[in-house]
Amino acid sequence: MPDASPDRAAGARPVPFRGGGFKPRPTGYAGPLAFVLLLALLELGARAGVISPLTMPAPSAVLQTLAELWTSGRLLDHLVPSLARLAVGATLGALAGIAVGLAIGLFSLARAGLVPLVAALFPIPKIALLPLFVIWFGIGEGSKYALIAFGTFTPMVVATYGGVDAVDRALIRMGQSFDLAWWSIVTKIILPGALPAILSGLRVASAIAIILLVAAEMLAAEHGVGAYVLEAGSLYDLERLFAGVTLLSLMGVVVNALIGRAERVLLRWRG
Amino acid sequence: MDLRLERVSHAYGSVRVLDDVSLAVPNGRIVCVVGPSGCGKSTLLRLMGGLERPLGGRVLQVGEPPAESLNPLTFIFQDFALLPWRTVAGNVALVLEDHRLGAGERERIIADVLARTRLTDFADAFPRQLSGGMKQRVGIARALSVRPAVMLMDEPLSALDSQTRELLLDDLVSLWLRTPFTAVYVTHNLEEAVRLGHQVVVLSGRPGRVRALVDIAVPLAERQPGDAVLEAHRRQLWQLLRDEASAVDRELLDA
Ligand SMILES: Nc1ncnc2c1ncn2[C@@H]1O[C@H](COP(=O)(O)OP(=O)(O)OP(=O)(O)O)[C@@H](O)[C@H]1O
Ligand SMILES: [Mg+2]
Repeated sequence: MPDASPDRAAGARPVPFRGGGFKPRPTGYAGPLAFVLLLALLELGARAGVISPLTMPAPSAVLQTLAELWTSGRLLDHLVPSLARLAVGATLGALAGIAVGLAIGLFSLARAGLVPLVAALFPIPKIALLPLFVIWFGIGEGSKYALIAFGTFTPMVVATYGGVDAVDRALIRMGQSFDLAWWSIVTKIILPGALPAILSGLRVASAIAIILLVAAEMLAAEHGVGAYVLEAGSLYDLERLFAGVTLLSLMGVVVNALIGRAERVLLRWRG
Repeated sequence: MDLRLERVSHAYGSVRVLDDVSLAVPNGRIVCVVGPSGCGKSTLLRLMGGLERPLGGRVLQVGEPPAESLNPLTFIFQDFALLPWRTVAGNVALVLEDHRLGAGERERIIADVLARTRLTDFADAFPRQLSGGMKQRVGIARALSVRPAVMLMDEPLSALDSQTRELLLDDLVSLWLRTPFTAVYVTHNLEEAVRLGHQVVVLSGRPGRVRALVDIAVPLAERQPGDAVLEAHRRQLWQLLRDEASAVDRELLDA
């Protein structure tokens, strides 16, 4: 019998909600807010004299250093070579990594031969090999490209063949059942299917590339953000050190945003 | 073009899946295959479509496929097998792109098959935006676009709810009435088998053997749900299958 006021019936209460969560929602304000909060705290500390400029420069001082760098034109002197090294090295490494990863994913022989090799290369701290690259490719740009390329190569290999392995076999059978050419199956079924994994591999690889960029520039470079940071560090000029670090982290943020945009465009079908 | 199986056997490792299966799929007719779970129906279809090679016996195509056929043996899959990154039209285009067709001709074929499956308005939708029934209509459109000589359908409707299934079944019947196609139709659903099949092949439990061949003489156009003759056939099939299914159960108990 339906009760006129079911809520008041003995013991009736809403079923407790247990769903939700596990699904990142875009919360546009939280990221910037955390940054601003931290910077404000540091600035206040510096102004109040709690934080000595010898241990931590005030954010405003760092900003001023950056502004000077820009007006003197030296910002571009450092930024342009760094970005060029990053672009060349990471592109070479990523392309080679995708190609090798694809080969491993497609051919049993390549898998048997290359997977142990990649597993052996992956954990090597690539920075340790910089002297070797200097011997092989010279002290100039070549060794820097090589270091960055090598660093991006291994994670891209692993991400790509993982992505290829995860492609739904039923879709490949479908392609075969319609007599698609081998190359069509690779480019129209396997590569798009592996693309999500490749793009998330690219996120990891780009972070590694920035780390290696700095390492390479610290060892042997006149210009570049890494050289700038090294010089500032050896003089214990914290304001310039932090200005350089800010540039590096901005580079990371921008690269990440670019990859995010690529994901939104290329993976639109995921909705 | 007809399809003929001569004493086909198949096994995976030590598991014998099909044993001495001989069948004929005559041109323009629909042959339904029913049998207990795991008896090798999907395997049989893959053998017919050339996706696997039989260990024994032969799968033969008799006569030449029509010249305009782009892919004589064409599958329709239970799980649709649509590329999620392609639109409806793109999924159909996929199977045409490797053929030498002018862009105009390709567009014409795509428009035609989408119209025949009532998908014209959804040409630019992605699979995730479609209901299950619509996804399978895309699968059917894709199959029609290559003008198959024989369609190989593996439980094409079993992922759908029963209303959608009924509607798509009507769609298949009317497609056939307009242009009779040749098909092998694997199903668990005996209603579907008696609605669509000119002949129903009953397979035994694993290893699958031909247990019975049931011919249904009622013309497809006259088959109505609840028809007495069809109902009698359905009962007959159920009787055959029940024996097989319970035999499979006993076997599992013994093992
Ligand atoms: N690629 C494979 N490798 C090994 N065993 C397989 C393979 N494919 C199928 N089998 C086995 O062969 C048997 C028959 O499989 P098949 O899928 O043909 O049965 P089915 O009649 O289609 O079953 P269902 O009614 O569940 O669809 C099953 O026992 C299955 O486990
Ligand atoms: Mg099956």
